[in-house]
Formats: sequence, structure tokens, C-alpha cells
Amino acid sequence: MKRRLTEGFVLIIAAVVAFPLFWMVLSAFKPEDEIISADPVPWTTRPTLDSFTRALTVANFGRYFLNSVIVALVVVVLSILISFLAATALTRFRFRSRTTLLIMLLVVQMVPVEALTVPLFFLMRSVGDSVPAFGLNHLGSLVLVHLAFSLPFAIWMLRGFVAAVPVELEEAATLDGASRFRFLWQVLFPLVAPGLVATSVLSFIHAWNDFLFAKTFIISAVENQTLPLALQVFVKPDQNDWGAIMAGSTLMTIPVLIFFMLVQRRLVSGLAGAVKG
Amino acid sequence: MTARGQGRTAFAYLTPALLVLAGLLAYPIYQLVLISLYDYGQEQVSGGAPLTFLGLGNYQNLLGNQQFWTVLGQTVAFAAVCVVGTLLVGAFLAILATRVRTWVRMTLFLAALGAWSTPAVAGSTIWLFLFDANFGFVNEVLGIQGFSWTFDKWTAFGLVAAQVIWCSFPFVMVTLYAGIKAIPGEVLEAAALDGASAFRTAWSVTLPLLRPIILVVTIQSIIWDFKVFTQIYVMTNGGGIAGRNLVLNVYAYQQAFAASEYGLGAAIGVVMTVLLLVITLFYLRALRRSGEVL
Repeated sequence: MKRRLTEGFVLIIAAVVAFPLFWMVLSAFKPEDEIISADPVPWTTRPTLDSFTRALTVANFGRYFLNSVIVALVVVVLSILISFLAATALTRFRFRSRTTLLIMLLVVQMVPVEALTVPLFFLMRSVGDSVPAFGLNHLGSLVLVHLAFSLPFAIWMLRGFVAAVPVELEEAATLDGASRFRFLWQVLFPLVAPGLVATSVLSFIHAWNDFLFAKTFIISAVENQTLPLALQVFVKPDQNDWGAIMAGSTLMTIPVLIFFMLVQRRLVSGLAGAVKG
Repeated sequence: MTARGQGRTAFAYLTPALLVLAGLLAYPIYQLVLISLYDYGQEQVSGGAPLTFLGLGNYQNLLGNQQFWTVLGQTVAFAAVCVVGTLLVGAFLAILATRVRTWVRMTLFLAALGAWSTPAVAGSTIWLFLFDANFGFVNEVLGIQGFSWTFDKWTAFGLVAAQVIWCSFPFVMVTLYAGIKAIPGEVLEAAALDGASAFRTAWSVTLPLLRPIILVVTIQSIIWDFKVFTQIYVMTNGGGIAGRNLVLNVYAYQQAFAASEYGLGAAIGVVMTVLLLVITLFYLRALRRSGEVL
């Protein structure tokens, strides 16, 4: 009896927590007159794709979606490669400044990147003078900052996964005549794949969700804006187009949800199976 | 492999990471401090006026400014409410999660996962819509149509805090749940055999065992909630009417990019960094106590 009560309570909480997301998806499919109705109801009898059409055509949402995907994917690929090499160096080799580097990595994670907007703004401005693709108003500037912000945590997290691969494996590979390069990319890299998935999901979300830097760096080049800013296009002082905002929010949230689900599954699979296979 | 060979290979592997971190984190930190020491406005940026070194002038200016202290106080209070709320909700639900069947727990975790993964901008706009004065579902349910949650300073802060708690309690819940599950059953059985009540077991056995984890999630939450930017910016439209909903992060942004007082904005950034580094020191000590090895 008591457990029944607790379970009922937990289910109500779950419903409350999920409600904003339910409302977002529902509103995205509602026809316009139901959205700006004085008596909103938690259902709709006339679902429509109007809001999605408006978001994708009027505000050019597709373009911004693509921009966000490009930035996030480039950040993920680069941070996988760079953090994998760095994590290997920090776990597989003994050298003098190792501990110092590790402590610095930890401290650097704590620096509030938001505080760095001013110097980064000027840095990107001068970078843009010589390499426009990485300067202000270009997606490259966003790639650079998100790469820098996601690296410390990615390295920190991958360390554990690299350390979990037994050293004997490397010795066996060397005995079998594998070069260091082959061991690194054909043995170690696949083995730490679950760790790479986890870190890349976090890097992806970081880049995908960013609002502050997109707002600071992409000033005049409207065609290079990313999703979080595009969403603001619909927010007008007089009359918000809530239908399009909710459709846009839905489009923006779905990729992150999928990635979150992915990491759940991959993390469980663990290393044991990979080593055996 | 010789020690020197090891060092050389390690260095080669580390080079890309070090280059990125030096160029895009270390150098900007140095620049942040440097800019905060100058009178750096629109004319200086465009080259129309020479740079003047102010020393600690920007900081004096800041510390003598009533608004800065108000914003600092608001930031601390806002972060405190968010942290306490996040921890209470997260801990409460983590405990409840241990007492229900698997499918109920999975339902709760799935809902929490959704809240957790919603991008801050999307989450903020959804909440704004839910609490919209005229078309919002909340006002419809409460029967207070036309009431604006974002107009009054305190309801606006409360709304943003609720949104922040909504998207940050899942982390606390999942972590604490894992911590509770990791406590060996024998320990709790032994306490029960010794005649400890449920409350006594929770207070004297479970809580002390969870202390390291609680400490880590607390400090992590402090760090996150201290530097909330997106939610405040989106939900109060850049810091509220006449800037009364500003927190440090948004304040720095407004000073630098809206008022073109880059030097002052940088000085606020330095103050924020120093405050967070102090918290980080506590974090490091907590990590070491909970047994994390470098």
C-alpha cells in the first residue's frame, strides 16, 4: 500500500518534469488559433505542420540547423582526435611534468569560459584579419572556442578509458610486429570507443547549446547564425510567434535527446566485450 | 623504451592539445587580465583614441559602484536558491527512486533525461511560453490570466530559478541514486540487526557514506549556477527591466558588448574567475578526500 502511494507520487512527479517538453511538442503541432487562444488546452484535435513550415521557410531555420550541425560535428571530430592522443600520452607514458599537466587540466575546467568572451572576441577579430574563415562572423570562430572548451573535460574523461585497456595488450601487439602507429589507431582507438562516444556526446551538446558565443561572434553575418540565435528571431517585443518558436525548439531538442539516449546505451556495453572481441 | 624517448613521444601526442589550450584558453586568460587594466572603449577599439593604462582603475570603479554590489548580491542569492533547490529535489527523488519498482523508476529517469538534455535556449523559451501572461497554460490553470511573471523582479527571478532547477536536478538525482545503490547491502543489514531505526540508519550510516558524493554534486552545482547566462538573458530579455534581474555573467556581457566598456566587462570577468577559482580549490580538496587519484 505504502509502495503504491510512493509509486503514484513518483509518476506524478515524472509527469510534471516531462510536461514542459510535452507542451513544446504539442504546441509545435497546434494550429495557430489554438496557440494564441485565451483558453489553452493540453490537447489538439487538428494537428498541423504549419508551424514547422513557417520555421523552416520564413526564418530559414534549415540553414541555421545546418550551421549548428557543422559546428558541432567538426568540434566532435577534432576533439576526439586531439583528446585521444593527449589522454594516451598522459596515461601510457611517464614523464616529468605529467602530474603538473593533470592538475592544470582540472583547474582549466573550472575557468568560467563566459568570462573570456571579451578577450576571445578580440582574439577572433585579429584572427579574422589573416584567416577570415576562423574570424568573427564565421563558423570557424565557434569551432575554435568550443574545441578549446571541450578538450580539458574530454581528455580528463578519456584518461580513465585508456587506462582501463591492459598494458599486456600493447606488449602483445608489439610482439606481433605492430608499429606504435598501428597499435594506436587499430587497437587502442577501437577499444576506447565507448569513452569516445561519451566524450563526443558532451562536446556535441556543449557546441550545440551555446548561446553566448554565437551571440558575441556572429554579429552581422545572419547566414552564419546557429540555432539558439535563430530561435530568438521569432521572439518579438509585440507578438511572439509561439508556434514557430515551439517548432524550432522541438527541432533543436531532438538531436540532443537522441545523443543522450546513445550515450546511455554505449556506456553500458563497457570495455570487457570489446577486449574479448 | 628509454625515459627520454617516452617523454618525446608523449610530447608529440600532447602537442595539438597544448597548442589549442595555450592559444584559446591560456592566452585569453592573460588578455582578460590585461584588458581589465585599461580604459578600453569603442574609440580605443576602432583606433580613434590612444589606450590609457588605468591600473586598478576599473576595479576601483566597479567596487565603488552600487549596481555592482547589488548584482553580486543577486548572483550569490540566485545561485544559492538554485543550488539548494536542485539538491533538495535531486536528493528527495533519488531516495524515492530506490523505493519503487523498476518501470516506475525508468519513467522518472526518462522524464529527467528529457529535462536534462533540453538546450538552455529551448528550455527557457518553453518555460516562458508556459508562463506567458495571456496564452500560458499555467495562468489558465491558476485562473490568473494577464498576470505577467516576468514583470515583477522577484517572480522573474523565481521563474528563472525554477527553470534552472528543472534542468539541473537530474544530474544530482542520477549521481546520488548511483551512490545509494553502491552502498553494500551488508552494511545496512548490520545496522538493522543492531536495532537501528530507518531514520537512524539513514542519518548515521547512509548519509556519512554519501558525504563525498554530496560534496562533489554541491560544489559542481555551485559552479554551474553561479555562472548562469542563457536562462537569465533569454527569460528576462537581457537582465530584466532597467537591469534589475542582472547576474554577474550577464552584467559583464552588457557592460562589454552593449555599453562598449570592454575594460570594465573584463574586470567583472576577472572578479568572477577569482570567485570560481576559490570554489574550485574546495572542489579539488573534496575530490581528493573522496579518493580520486590523479
